Amino acid sequence: MQPFVTHTGLVAPLDRANVDTDQIIPKQFLKRIERTGFGQFLFFDWRFLDDGSSNPDFELNRPEYAGASILLARRNFGCGSSREHAPWALADYGFRVVIAPTFADIFFSNCFQNGMLPIRLAEEDVDELFRRVATASEAGCEPYKLHVDLIACTVVDEAGFMRTFSIDPFRRTCLLEGLDNIALTLQHMDHIIAWEAAHADVV
Amino acid sequence: MPATPRTLLEKIWDSHLVCAPTGEQPILYIDRHLVHEVTSAQAFEGLRVAGRRVRQPAATFATPDHNVPTTDRRLPIADPISKQQIDTLRNNCREFGVRLFDLDNADQGIVHVIGPELGITQPGMTIVCGDSHTATHGAMGALAFGIGTSEVEHVLATQTLRQSKPHSLEVRVDGELFPGVTAKDMVLFMIGRLSTEGGTGYVIEYTGSCVRSLSMEERMTVCNMSIEAGARAGMIAPDSVTYDYLRGRDFSPRDFDRAVAQWEKLPGDPGCTFDRVEVYRGADVVPQVTWGTNPAQVVGIDAEVPAPENFGDSSDRDSGLRALEYMGLKSGTKIVDIPIDRVFIGSCTNGRIEDLRAAASVVQGYRVAARVHAMVVPGSGRVKRQAEQEGLDRVFTAAGFEWREAGCSMCLGMNPDTLAPGERCASTSNRNFEGRQGKGGRTHLVSPAMAAAAAVTGHFVDIRGWRYC
Ligand code: SF4
Repeated sequence: MQPFVTHTGLVAPLDRANVDTDQIIPKQFLKRIERTGFGQFLFFDWRFLDDGSSNPDFELNRPEYAGASILLARRNFGCGSSREHAPWALADYGFRVVIAPTFADIFFSNCFQNGMLPIRLAEEDVDELFRRVATASEAGCEPYKLHVDLIACTVVDEAGFMRTFSIDPFRRTCLLEGLDNIALTLQHMDHIIAWEAAHADVV
Repeated sequence: MPATPRTLLEKIWDSHLVCAPTGEQPILYIDRHLVHEVTSAQAFEGLRVAGRRVRQPAATFATPDHNVPTTDRRLPIADPISKQQIDTLRNNCREFGVRLFDLDNADQGIVHVIGPELGITQPGMTIVCGDSHTATHGAMGALAFGIGTSEVEHVLATQTLRQSKPHSLEVRVDGELFPGVTAKDMVLFMIGRLSTEGGTGYVIEYTGSCVRSLSMEERMTVCNMSIEAGARAGMIAPDSVTYDYLRGRDFSPRDFDRAVAQWEKLPGDPGCTFDRVEVYRGADVVPQVTWGTNPAQVVGIDAEVPAPENFGDSSDRDSGLRALEYMGLKSGTKIVDIPIDRVFIGSCTNGRIEDLRAAASVVQGYRVAARVHAMVVPGSGRVKRQAEQEGLDRVFTAAGFEWREAGCSMCLGMNPDTLAPGERCASTSNRNFEGRQGKGGRTHLVSPAMAAAAAVTGHFVDIRGWRYC
């Protein structure tokens, strides 16, 4: 897995709550048997009009958010289906960080399996970030950027915004070092064998 | 000194904890791993690349369900990409020695229907599947939850999962449900109050006299939708209803009485406590209909489409307004005045035999309204055969319903069963997300009886006043 230590990138806002994984990657694209190539289908029904052209009203299609790698979202991001195709699509599109007040559980853990960092910030901090993105976009100035540091656990911009975030220490280590979870668990094989032996009559 | 009283969740957790290495997430043993075609191909591929095998093939069970045609099974699968996905599952099961209930197997069906039906899922077990509705199996008194594909690979390779201990939420429903009010209404009502993220981080245990009085299949309907409130798992302590259901099933323990003696130790000890408790009254539940694009956007059949501009919370307001626009609804419209075009009866929420019986008894003696296209998709091959033995298929087809082969079908519309843009559907499934049943399709979640009545009248009706023939 690709390690995650620090990341600086453009921020794209997605100002709606309860974005479910059916929206992130609609079902018609779940038939593929690879892990790659899902970025082209990200938010498909929102991104594209019926004739296949790009939907100018959808946030991510605005020119100032081209090349964004940090997604700013609202509450309960990634709810619904467990499909890991959702983080695959986000990562393949170019996102490495998603910031939201809350995430759905399964989506949250799926991100970590793919070198992507979901960050929970307080609702008012997320509001503030939405304001800063909007201000930058309206003023036509430099696109809004954030710097994320997983060693210090901070989110920082160039204009004085600085917040720390909390993260499970084990998940943090796995991301920092890009560890293979399975290899890590296999190191505890003696415990697994012992558990199975102790429960042999029940299993 | 007496031991600290423990909940059902704590007992299962403790007994499955393999180890909790310092600085790492605990490792939990997994008793049953259910596998389907959509979330497993990349996991098997990962094993292959790393030269790993499936650690416990005998604890792993697979079936194709999401992406299968529900029309004539003797015909080849028309969509080449769907066919490739199902063939991949076949090849993987063969290569890794996993038992597969294939399309030509009489026991094929939706993974969450066949698990309990075959006795594969049992009380006290840890059960996972690359599917968020795995919570269904919690109805047996198991800890069952959905996982992503990387975790599927982890379970295949190690038979364990890295998992932090979840918080516990008791949802107690006291009293009784009125006639015509079902388990589906109970769980929709609960989601409406908890919100779509109220259960995030929790495992729900459903308790109370109202829950105890439910049949095994009704309990599955309730646990199934736990994820729609954000809870990864929902569970109900096993009792005689559970044991009666499991006795004599194909994969049930051979020494059944000994197993029951073990299972009887599972329910929470007197005095055990939960991190959080919510209490509802069965008598407050009326038949529910969703009006929006998430399952918490729900009201009673006797209500009107709400006015989101009056919602206190700004993001509820925004998503409510978006939902009304997507759904093509106006606030103030009576729910019973909403006309429908399609009816879907099926899914892992309501595709079991009791659901089909309930729907058939409503339809009996009536015809589907001229404007409506209605279909019934049994949850499994067994459910289908049982229904046919009882003559339910004839009740449905005589009324003008289509009678299909088992699968997920229009619950998610991965196969050809989809809504056209703008079509409005009364559906017994579990998600009314935008485009879930087809791009631009408008889904209203209801119970099987409510869906059946809507098929007959062409709009929603209060099933409590239905005239059964
Ligand atoms: S019936 Fe629907 S919710 Fe259930 S497993 Fe199939 S697609 Fe998922």
